[in-house]
Parts: sequence; structure tokens; C-alpha cells
Amino acid sequence: MSDTAVSSRDTTAPGKRPFLSPLNQRRWQNFKANKRGYWSLWLFLVLFIVSLFAEFVANDKPLLVSYKGEILAPVLVDYPEEKFGGFLAVTDYRDPVIQDEIQSNGWMIWPPVRYNYRTVNREIPQAAPAKPSWLYTPEERCKQYTEGVNDPNCNMGNWNWLGTDDQARDVLARVIYGFRISVLFGLSLTFFSAILGVSAGAVQGYFGGWVDLLFQRFIEIWSSIPVLFLILIIASVLPPGFWILLGIMLMFSWVSFVGVVRAEFLRARNFEYVNAARALGVSNRTIMFRHLLPNAMVATLTFLPFILNSSITSLTSLDFLGLGLPPGSASLGELLAQGKENLQAPWLGFTGFVVISLMLSLLIFVGEATRDAFDPRKTFR
Amino acid sequence: MSDAPLLSVENLAVAFKAGGKDVLAVDHISFDIKHGETVALVGESGSGKSVSALSVLKLLPYPAASHPSGRILFEGEDLLDHDERDLMRVRGNEISMIFQEPMTSLNPLHTIEKQIAEVLKLHQGMDDASARARVLELLNQVGIREPEKRLGSYPHQLSGGQRQRVMIAMSLANEPRLLIADEPTTALDVTVQAQILELLDRLKTQHKMSMLFITHDLGIVRKIADRVCVMTGGKIVESGPTREIFENPQHDYTRHLLAAEPKGKPPRGDASAATVMKGEQVKVWFPIKEGFFRKVVDHVKAVDGIDVTVKAGQTLGVVGESGSGKTTLGLALSRMISSQGAITFEDKRIDGYSFKDMRPLRSQLQIVFQDPYGSLSPRMSISEIIEEGMAIHFPDLNRAERDARVVSVLKEVGLEPESRHRYPHEFSGGQRQRIAIARAMVLNPRFVMLDEPTSALDMSVQAQVVDLLRDLQKRHDLAYLFISHDLKVVRALANDVVVMRNGRVVEYGPADQIFENPQTDYTRALIAAAFNIETAPAGVVSQ
Repeated sequence: MSDTAVSSRDTTAPGKRPFLSPLNQRRWQNFKANKRGYWSLWLFLVLFIVSLFAEFVANDKPLLVSYKGEILAPVLVDYPEEKFGGFLAVTDYRDPVIQDEIQSNGWMIWPPVRYNYRTVNREIPQAAPAKPSWLYTPEERCKQYTEGVNDPNCNMGNWNWLGTDDQARDVLARVIYGFRISVLFGLSLTFFSAILGVSAGAVQGYFGGWVDLLFQRFIEIWSSIPVLFLILIIASVLPPGFWILLGIMLMFSWVSFVGVVRAEFLRARNFEYVNAARALGVSNRTIMFRHLLPNAMVATLTFLPFILNSSITSLTSLDFLGLGLPPGSASLGELLAQGKENLQAPWLGFTGFVVISLMLSLLIFVGEATRDAFDPRKTFR
Repeated sequence: MSDAPLLSVENLAVAFKAGGKDVLAVDHISFDIKHGETVALVGESGSGKSVSALSVLKLLPYPAASHPSGRILFEGEDLLDHDERDLMRVRGNEISMIFQEPMTSLNPLHTIEKQIAEVLKLHQGMDDASARARVLELLNQVGIREPEKRLGSYPHQLSGGQRQRVMIAMSLANEPRLLIADEPTTALDVTVQAQILELLDRLKTQHKMSMLFITHDLGIVRKIADRVCVMTGGKIVESGPTREIFENPQHDYTRHLLAAEPKGKPPRGDASAATVMKGEQVKVWFPIKEGFFRKVVDHVKAVDGIDVTVKAGQTLGVVGESGSGKTTLGLALSRMISSQGAITFEDKRIDGYSFKDMRPLRSQLQIVFQDPYGSLSPRMSISEIIEEGMAIHFPDLNRAERDARVVSVLKEVGLEPESRHRYPHEFSGGQRQRIAIARAMVLNPRFVMLDEPTSALDMSVQAQVVDLLRDLQKRHDLAYLFISHDLKVVRALANDVVVMRNGRVVEYGPADQIFENPQTDYTRALIAAAFNIETAPAGVVSQ
């Protein structure tokens, strides 16, 4: 994530010089030299990109359907059931009647996992939460299907690879969707708080004096407001959703950037090349963007993965407490809460723990490699 | 004393790892230092002289640095074989070192007394009382006035010269046999430089020390050294007694160094030339505020009522010690800081202009800064740096036209136009200063303020930059305000000279008159320090 940000910053003159400036090339080399961080970055990118296409990986709709010579894409379009001779507003492709109708008039391709995060599996072999499917014998696994072991729907696609939760929803599907929403929440919170925090820090550091003094006092008062209580209060008035949670957390998370950026600007505004730019008649805004921001970016980028992690953790903990995303949404925190409630179903707790710790560790390793890459003293290896 | 040398460096090589390869910074050098002798290592920056000196005490960043070959014999023992513990006995005790930058080599959080006493307690196990007595004695020796009052001072409360004296006191504390001085005066004013050199010379005789002196300035070498080793590209190309080297240099490089002092005279000033910049009763006072309500109790009078006139095609030199207000005056005239008093630029009163009003004028009013390492943004390529001002002042130019101008200005300042897509760190100090000059020149200025443009550069590069500035002035009829503490450079450029002290004018007149017939002791002291490295009687210049 960090390296793309760097390259986009420095490629203002395409065609005139290599894609990465020599400085950034050296940083990329340093990043790659940290093997753990480098592999973490790739692994994370793969997981993240897969989860971005969650609808194509885990869904209760087929990817492609050929019905009476017509090619349909149920993943992208909601077809009413009338199309297949039913009466519901939205087609339930898991219904054996609809399946038979389509199979006899064409074919359909399912995603690898035939559940999305809220699909209830009505054919679980025991009362929810059900164990992972591979822990059952074929007979047990298929006993709820009408034709037993021979039922065409009792196949790998309908397995619950990681079991189901206490509402008979597939855990694997929920983990894929939950990973996506956690990372997206973390990324957008980090992105917006970086914009707010960096601009606030930049203004304070560059102008100094009274602006700085007043702003610093304001931040001290502001950051002493207890965030969790505020979320409790607001949650009782507004229904907490993705954007409302993002907004509330954004109100407080930008503060963490201000200190670093302000310090860098205070230090760098007296650099001679900043004075030289002033002597050229360059405006304040251009000086801040072109000459000072790159200095502050190093500190900010180093900081970024850790902020990202703490954003994800705070969303997860809110979900765990039941104050986060609305009920029914895919969330890792809720999975953990279910694990706590259902100690007889250890796969819930284990899955939640492994996924969250893997995600956070990968991001921290990437963050460490980024820190190495931007460390100016690390010239010898 | 025996004839055996105190320190003998034999076939020493130093290699640095860079990008997986070993690069030789010091290429098999050998030299000896006898008892009581001063040996100077002379060379330009990058010649490997500091690296050679640092390897004597194994102070290089190992393992990035390594010694492929060589021995360093100090009284018969090979220091390169010593481990850290043995070296700690030698460092600061038998061999001590003075660094270039007195600002950063003292710990800003400790008092003077604590820093000097630390060395004494560490190596000699002294108690507080006897350490204090010894510290006072040392401070006396290095010529710090009223040392009792200075014991509790912190480094920032001392001037650069005083800090360097404290550094010397620290290095003398254990009566070392060998003192390594790595450009100890480069960061100091010429007047202070003369004092420090005299002090070092006196202490050397008093304590019967040997000295390894590292410098790029041949004037200092002639003054202080018994023998000289000339270094370039990691090799010693010539060595011998100082007199011989100066009178009969054998190697081309030595001749080049000897010839490289800023020379020549400014073109004769034309009294009828148009006045470009005129300041009348310019004052810059910084308020000192005290108390809860921040009442202004007094002012620091950085510039206190100065009249100056700069004419087209001519140079006004501003000289004085550090802290005399030279740079503040220049910044006030170019409206980078606010000031009182009338400032007229080409018949326009600009002292009331706001930052915005000044913007159209900025192209005609340019500044070249002292430190070419700090004044170029490390993240911009050379052509981006030079184009930055053009984008503001000549917005009509398209990309190709701007590029053409960059090419022509780079040729004008003597740089390869092909290098314009490279970054500042790939250039030497002198080349960087040329880039900074190109950035100013590309805007076709009328008036250029040159703030010590040569003092961060090697002696031989100084001469080239002075020649370049003189050449540009003649071609474009520029008015220069040249600020410097080094009168050698000022003499090579200035038509008129203002001598400043404590924000006031001490002397103002044509350069010839000031140099031939100085009227005040202060000016005489500046001249003596710059040309002969001689000190003035106490009280004339600051310590």
C-alpha cells in the first residue's frame, strides 16, 4: 500500500525519467530486503483482492446461468423468480425447484462457496452451530437433503468448510466478507484521518505562533473526550452503520497524525530550500505541498500501517461489544462474540482469532518493512 | 627524544561498502608524525583526509568500513589490532580529537563543567573537587575569560569560538601525546579562526604534543604545520616540509591547490551607474518580551539604522563577524523579513509592500544562500529546481521553452545540460552552488543577494565560484550585495565595502580605501585575520 502511494507522489513528469526516482528505487530495494515484510505484502494483497471479489467467491447465486438459450449473470443482476416460473420478487437459486427448472433448460456455474454472509443453510446435519462439513461422514452430512447421499446438492460447493455459526450461516463466507469490510473500514478511516490530520498538522507547523498554540489547546481538549461513550450515546440516536461509525471514529482518529506532521513542518520550515522557494516568490500553499509535505510524508507513511491496524481493531472491538455494524452484517468482531457465547463450537472462536491475528500481523510486518524502507540511515546492508 | 615516530601510518587503506561493492576511500597511504611535530593533511572534500584521521582511532562506521591493508603504529603498538577496550584506553587519553562542528560535538544538555570533568573522572578517576580545579585550569589555558562564571553554562550560551575552546580543553584534559584536529576552524569566523590557531600552536609547544591537522585551507597550513601531506582521490600525492612544498611544489595537484586562492579584482566601478537598491536608515529590531503579559522590555538591534546603495553592475561587500547583522541586513533589503526605514528598488519604494505585492518583483530580486547542501530540495531534480521560479514568473512559457532556458542557464554557470534530470545529492558542493546560482539567474534578476555563497566550499572551488559570479555580473550588469566574513573573497569581488559590527556600520567606503587604509582597529583586525591569520589585541573582536 505504501509503495504505491510513494510512486504516485513522485511521478509528476512522465517520460522524462524512470518511474521511480533514485531515492524511491533505493527505498523499494530496502523494502524488498525485508523478506518478511515483502512476502506479507504479497500475501495481504492476494487476500485483499480475493476478498474484494467476495461476491464471486462466496455467494448464494450462480455466477452464470444459461436458461432457454439466454445467458444470465445472477451475481450482477437480480432476476425476479417469474423468469424461471416462480413467484418471488428475488430468485432463490438454492431452491431445488428453481435449480431443476434451470438444469432442465440449460446450465449454471456456481461460485466455489455457495453461501454469502447471510445465507442460512437449512440442510445442516445438527442444530446450529454445525461443525465443519469435513468432520462428518457422507451419510451424516447429507441426511437433511431429500435424496440423502445421492442428492445433487450434497456436494463440495455446499460444504461449510469452517462450520456454521449459531444462525446456521457459513463461517467461511462470513470471514471473507468480514475481512473485506474490516480492511475497507480501516483503509478509509486511515485515508480520511490522514488527510485531516496531515492538513491540520501542516497548517499548525507552517504558520506556528498563535495558530499553533490555539490549535494545540483545542486538540488537547478534543482528545480528552471518551470515544467509546460518545459512540454509545450516538448509537442510541442514530442507527450505527458503516458510514456513521466511520464518521464518529474519524472525528477523533485524525489527532494522532497532527503531532508528527506538525513537528516535521516546524523543523522543515526553516530549511534553506524553503527560504529559497520563498525568495523565488512561491506561494505558501505550493511551498507546503511541494517542499514540506514530502518531508512529513516519510513520518506519516511510517505511521500509517499502525493507524490502519488500530482502526481495524477498534471496529472489531465495537462489533464484539455489539455496538458496531448493524445486526446481520459480516463482521469479525461478531464472530468472536459468537465464539465466546458458544464455547461448545470452538471453530467459531478459532476462526475469528486466526483471521484477525493473521490480518493484523501481515499489516504490522508490511509496516515494519515500510519503516525500514524510509529509514535514511539504512544505507548499508 | 628518540627518532622513532610517535605515530606511523603504513600502507593504510580504507574501503566502504556501497551497493554490495567495496569502494576505496583511502588508497594505501603512509605517513609519520614525530614527537612534537605538526603534520597537516591537505586536500579538497572527498579526498579521504578525514577518513584517514578517523581510522587512527577506529572511529569509522564498522563493519560498513573496513581496512583491506595497513598498520597504524602508535608508539610501536598497532592500533588496528586493538579491540574496543584497548582502544578506549587510547581514545581521549593518549590520542584525542577535535571535530569540525563545535555546535554538535558538545552535548547540549550538559554544562561545560560536567562535560570536561567527565573525561577526567573517566580516565584519571578524579573526585569532584580536584576535577573542578583542573577544569578551571584547563579553561584558563584555552583562554576562556572568567572561567568560574562559565562552569555552569550550557553550550548554546557560548559563541562558536568559545565552544571550540571548550572542545580543545576537553581534548587536552588528559594531556594527550597526539591531538587530531579535523578542520577545527572551518565553521568559525576568520577572526576567531586566527585566535584558535594561535591557541593550538601555543598549547602544542606547552604540552609537547604532536598534532595531526586536517584542513582544505593552505593559508592555515603555511601558518601552523611543520610538514604537509597533500591528498587527492584517497592518495597522498606529495609530502614534505611545509616550506619546500610551498616554494617548490612538485605535483600538479599541489600547484593547482596553491594557485586556487580567490584572486583578481572587481571591474572598476562606474560612479554614474544607475542605483538599483537603496536602503536608508534600515532597522531590524527583534523585541525581547518578558512577564506574563509579554510586555516588550527591550529590543535586539540586529540592524540599527544602516544606509546602503548598490549600483547596477557593481558589488557592495558586507563584512563583519558572525552576529554583526550582515545577513539580517541582506534579508531586510530583499524584503524577506520586515524592517523599518525606506528601501528603494529601481525607484520604487518597496518597504511597504506585502508578500503578495512583492511577488512580481521577486524575479528581479534574487538570493543565493550560504549552504548549497541545504538550499536545494533533495527531492527535486535539477531541472525541476531551476524551473520552479520560471513557472511563477514566466507562466506563458511552454515546457519546451522552459527546458531550453534551463539548458542555456546551466551552460552559463558551467554545468553539463545533460545533468539536469539528476538529483542534488549526485553533485559536489561547488556544483550545487552553481545550481543555486543558476536558479537565481534564470529569472533575469537585477539585484542578487549573495549570502556567504563561498564559505561552505573548498578553497579551490571558492575561486571558481568567485570567477563565475564576476563573469555573470559583467554579462548581465547585475547588482550584487555580497555578504561574507572572509575578506579575501570580498576583495576579489566588491567595489564598495560596508564593515558591520553589532548592527551598526563601522566603516563604509570604496573597497580599495578600506583595504589599503583601514580606519578602525576592528577593520584592521578583520584584514589581519583574513590575509595573514593574525590575531588582534584583546577586546577588538569578539571571542
